[in-house]
Parts: sequence; C-alpha cells; structure tokens
Amino acid sequence: MSIFLLVTIVCVLGIVGYVLARGRVGGLEAESSVSYHSRPGYHGMHMAIATVLPALLILAIWAISSQIVVGNMVKGSVSQDVLGESAAHEGLTMGIISSISHGLTLLDADELNQAANGIEAARPLLASKGVAVATDASDPMVEAAFRYNSLERTSTFWRSVVVILAALLCGGWAWTQLGARVKARNRVEGVILGLLIVASSIAILTTIGIVLSMIRETGRFFAAVPPLEFFFGTVWDPRFAAAGATDSAGQFGLLPLLAGTLYIALVAMLVAVPIGLFAAVYMAEYAGPKLRSVAKPLLEVLAGIPTIVYGFFAVVTVGPFLRDLSAQIAGIFTGSPTSFIQAQSVLTAGAVMGIMLIPFVSSLSDDIITAVPRAMRDGSLGLGATRSETIKRVILPAALPGIVGALLLTASRAIGETMIVVLAAGVAARLTINPFEPMTTVTVKIVSQLTGDLEFNSPQTLVAFALGITLFVLTLGLNIYALYVVRKYREQYE
Amino acid sequence: MNMMSEAATEKAVNAPADEPVIKMRGKDVCVFYGPKQALYDVNLNIRENAVTALIGPSGCGKSTFLRTLNRMNDTIENCRVTGDITLDGEDIYDQAIDVVELRARVGMVFQKPNPFPKSIYENIVYGPRIHGLVRNKAEMDDVVEKSLIRAGLFNEVKDRLHEPGTGLSGGQQQRLCIARAIAVSPEVILMDEPCSALDPIATATVEELIHELRENYTIVIVTHSMQQAARVSQRTAMFHLGVLVEEGATAKIFTNPDDPRTQDYITGRFG
Repeated sequence: MSIFLLVTIVCVLGIVGYVLARGRVGGLEAESSVSYHSRPGYHGMHMAIATVLPALLILAIWAISSQIVVGNMVKGSVSQDVLGESAAHEGLTMGIISSISHGLTLLDADELNQAANGIEAARPLLASKGVAVATDASDPMVEAAFRYNSLERTSTFWRSVVVILAALLCGGWAWTQLGARVKARNRVEGVILGLLIVASSIAILTTIGIVLSMIRETGRFFAAVPPLEFFFGTVWDPRFAAAGATDSAGQFGLLPLLAGTLYIALVAMLVAVPIGLFAAVYMAEYAGPKLRSVAKPLLEVLAGIPTIVYGFFAVVTVGPFLRDLSAQIAGIFTGSPTSFIQAQSVLTAGAVMGIMLIPFVSSLSDDIITAVPRAMRDGSLGLGATRSETIKRVILPAALPGIVGALLLTASRAIGETMIVVLAAGVAARLTINPFEPMTTVTVKIVSQLTGDLEFNSPQTLVAFALGITLFVLTLGLNIYALYVVRKYREQYE
Repeated sequence: MNMMSEAATEKAVNAPADEPVIKMRGKDVCVFYGPKQALYDVNLNIRENAVTALIGPSGCGKSTFLRTLNRMNDTIENCRVTGDITLDGEDIYDQAIDVVELRARVGMVFQKPNPFPKSIYENIVYGPRIHGLVRNKAEMDDVVEKSLIRAGLFNEVKDRLHEPGTGLSGGQQQRLCIARAIAVSPEVILMDEPCSALDPIATATVEELIHELRENYTIVIVTHSMQQAARVSQRTAMFHLGVLVEEGATAKIFTNPDDPRTQDYITGRFG
C-alpha cells in the first residue's frame, strides 16, 4: 500500500471518527440532563486528532527508519569483497544495488525469474526498461537487490497494518472518552498549541542546521588553509588547479572581499538613508491620506523589483552614464575627455544598491515614525512648536532608536546583496579606496567559487563556506544588535 | 519672561472687582468635522484670572470648543471652524495671526500626561527654547526651577532633573506637563480633562495647583467630574449635543440652574 493511499485511509478514518463522535455526544447531551464540559464539535476534533495524529507519526517514523534498517540489513548480508574496501566504494556498491532493485520492480513475473539468474541475464532486461546498470555490477549484487526488494515489500506490508491498527486503536480509545466530564476542549487546545510550537521550532532548527552544515565545511577549509591567512590575507587569488595538485593552493585573503563588501554597502547606505528618511518623514507627517495611499505602495514597488533587474539598470544605464559624465568633466578640466569613473565601479554598484534600499529605509522608518503617539505631536504643537520643530525635536528623537534598528537591518541587506554587485562592480577582487574603480564582495566570490563542475574537497570550493559563515556572522551580529535597539525603543511607550 | 503674566496681574488688580475682564470671547462658533456639525452657534466669554469649567455629557462638544481656543483643531483633517473667537480683542482665526504665536499665548494640557521622552529638564526648556525666551544656561535653569516650583513639583524632582520625564508617576507627569505649559508664559491655559488618568490623591494635588494658578493665568478646564468643576471653577458652562446650554457662576449653576437639562445632568439623571 503506498504512503499516499495510507494517509488517505487514515484521514478518512479521522473524518468518520469526527462525525461519529460529534453525533454521539450531541445525542447523549440531548437525552441526558447532564451538561457536558466540551461542545460536541470538540469531542469530534478530539476523536479525529486521536485517530490521525499517532498513526501519521508512526508512519513518518517508519518511512524514515525503514529505509535505513533495510539498507543496513542488505549491506550486512553482502560479503566484504563485493562491498569493497573504502567507504566511498561501499557507497558506490550500495548505489548500484539500489538502482538494480528499483529496476527489478519494473519487471513482470517471467522477467523476474530470468533476472534471478544473474547479472548477465538481468542487464538487458533492465536496459529494456530504461534502467542502466553500472559495468562493475556482479551476481551477488543482483541477489542483494532481490533481497532488498523482498525486505522492502515486507516492511511496506507491516507498515500498512501497524498504521491502520494504530489509527483504529487510538480512535477506539478516544471513543471511550466521550464522557460529560472529559475535557476534550482543553486537549484539542493543547494539540493546537503543540502544532504551533512545532511550526516555530522548524524555523529555528533550520537556522541551526544551516549554521552547523556551514561550520562542518568551514572546518575542512581551515584544515587546508590557516585561519590567520584567511582572515588577514590581503590577496585573493584562489588559482583553480587540477585536483590533487597541492603545490598551487592559491591565496585566500578575506580582506579585499570584506573591504569591497563594506565599501559598497557604505556607498549604498549613503544614498539610501537620506532619501529614504526624508521620504518617510514626508509620508508620515506631511502627506495627506489620499496622497499617502497612492505614494506609499508606489514607493514599495521598488522593493518588489528583483535585484537582477537593478543589475541590468546599473549595467545598461547608470554605469555608462557615470562613465560618460566623468569623461565630460575630465574634458572640461584637463582638455582630454578620458573618463575617470569606470563603467563597473564601487560607485555604480553602491548607487544602484542604494536605490534598491530606499523602500526598506522609508517603509520601516515610516512605520516607526507613525508609531510615535499622537499625544507627543499634540504636546509639542500645543506649546506652539511648528511642524518641522516637532519633527526635529520630538518625533525623530523619540523614533531614533527604532530608526537606527531599521537602518541596521537595511545594512545587513546591503551586505548580503549579490546580483547588483556582480553586474555593476565586477568580479575583480582588489583592495582600493578609489570608489571609481571596480571592487567585489564576499557574496560574489561565493557564487564564483561554487559555480562550475567542481568537487567539494579542495580549498578553492570549501572557501565559499568560510566566506559564507563570515558573512553570516556579520549580518547576524548586525541583526541581533538591531533587534536589541528596537526592543529597547519599544519599552519607552508601554 | 514674566512680562505678559505680570501685565495680566496688574490689569486684574486695577480692574474693579465687580467688572470682570473678558480674556477670550467666542461668538457664533460652529465647528464641523467633514459634513458633521459638532458645535452650534456657541457664544461664550472666558473671564480673565478665573477658572472656567466646561461640563456636559460625552460627545457634547466641550473638548471641541476647548480646542478651537488655541486652534488645535487645525491638526485634524476635515475640521472647519466658523464664527469669531478673539483673544484680547484679536480674532485668532485671522489670516494675519501666526498659529505658533497663538499657541504660545494659549497653552494646553492634555487628558493623558504626555511628557516627551526626554529628561525633565529638557521637557520644560522645550517651549522656551523654540520661542527664543531663554538665551543661556542660567536662564534655562531659572525657567526650569520657576516652572517646577509653580507646578508644585520642584521638591519631588529637584535631584533628578536629568532623568527621563516618562519615569515619573502619572500625577507627577501631569504636573510636569503643566510646568511645561507654564514655562512658555502663556496667558491662558486650556486643560482637557487633566485628571481623568490620575488617582484621587494626584487629582487633589493637581486641583490645588489649578486653584493657585488662577492668580496668574486664565484657565479653561474640561471635566467630567461635577465635584471637580464645583471645587476648582468660578464659572461653569454646560454643553449638550453641541449646544451651549447655559453659562454662569459655578455656585449658581450647581445650586440653581436655569435650564432643566443642566439640572438633570448635575443630579446625574443623564450623561
């Protein structure tokens, strides 16, 4: 019985349980004078949950563990010569066995009998079903594949039996609980609470999982390259070399990338913060409701544009514009129109990224400014302050911690941005303070180290994880600090 | 900084006791919120150096009338005021009048204490600073001390002038707001239910303060508490459904009102 069918059966049982339990409690309540603690609907839900939840949990655990158990049983039955010496070889053999066993499920009974004779008989049969078998497959592997399939069948059978039995048993238990004093409502509420907790822990556990996986790979990278060289190296030259050639390891200096990241983010913030803040003040304090209802969504449309589109904008419009502009300026002052701003430069990337960030700054700040209580405005206006005095001296100071928090969140976005930089600032890792020259960022290098057909065991690819975790720590730090600032701000009015 | 209030005091002393000086005059005042009319032809005079209480059931327009006196209604969308309101004979809705200057002369204390999230000291020098009433640190210190003393708060906070005003208790916050209003030396102080968010003890302190402030300022207070109106005011105006029902000496309104609606309201039959 397939998992889908099994789940359907369990759910149908659950629905039946719901209807039966609700009907029964409704009937009992109508007959007797006793008042029930929970409404019939809650008893129905209780019944349905009792039927479905344990059964599905068992199904999930079974589905995960059965693969491992069956795999290990098959592996244990295969002799060591077939498996091979190294772990890698073992994995390969098990891979072949599982692909043969998958192929066998596609054959009919006659073909199966033929295939049982050995690999030479099985190979053409499997090939006719579109399953290619590796050349070093052997007879014991075919035997193992048969064993694998029979174990799998047994497992599937018992899985169906156990799951349906569990559904019936738990449902039966719930049926005995249809009393007047049973607190079905509280139990249902408890289950809902549990579901909510599970949902929120998934998000947290995922974060932890991502960090752990990065830490593992980073550890492997630092085994090959000393951390000191990585964190304080000033040259980025990973030099892709043939696998196994240890003499050309290359240099993995983080500093040029980090400098580029922070420099471009700084330029972006210089563009985004003043424009975004002024826009927010206008939207929150001056704009009438009609204008606001039109202008605010329009401003937020900017946030919905994919960053790669901003990249086009940088390459096609802003970059050439700045280059030509600089050529004209140079022409006026020196007589020779040579541009001093290159088409791909820190300035181009920063300016375009700044435009991208405007809606983040303005939208977040707008919410924070609007959250300053009206009483503050009235108090200030009532003392004879003008609107701009009120904004400057009362509202902005009151909103400042929140705005700082918003800016830090924006900054961590600027640091993590990739596509605009690839297109607008180039991929050359250089250490420079001239904003008119190309630089590159950590994220861009992560992409370029990981694109292509590469093995994940050389420093050249593993460095991406070290870069990733550096970036992660950087933005995490910024975010935590931002949350801390925002929380402190909240305490002021409550 | 006390020029205006001193002038006011002088005037009050010189005027014969039985001939009250009218500080603010409202004539045929109508207020509209969009298409809805909130006040109908209100004619009410505010006497100088007296406390005028505005009473009436919720939604009767007393707060609306109060807010027309320093044009706080300007900040509300769709709000329109017609009729004449004068301060010392000048039309405050005249084009030539600067609303900022008006609000410096007619200060306001709100229902809920709303100190700025700044220090006590900064809260008080806020007004004087924007109006250029103080030039240096010494003058600022002086204003802070005088205002706090007059608001009866100085002894409680003198050791923590540089701590946030939001850290004070509710009653202290409201007195801080009164001190903040006094600091700009207004001639009139408008109070919109200043004690509704306070406990009885803090209320008593603030009422005592209002009583003392009467000597130097003209006060208009909106209140829901009959006892409070009777305790602190000399004149009482009764509003009902946007209409001024009657106005007169507090003692008369509370003992022998002309209008049956006032009688019903103060005896608690509606409202």
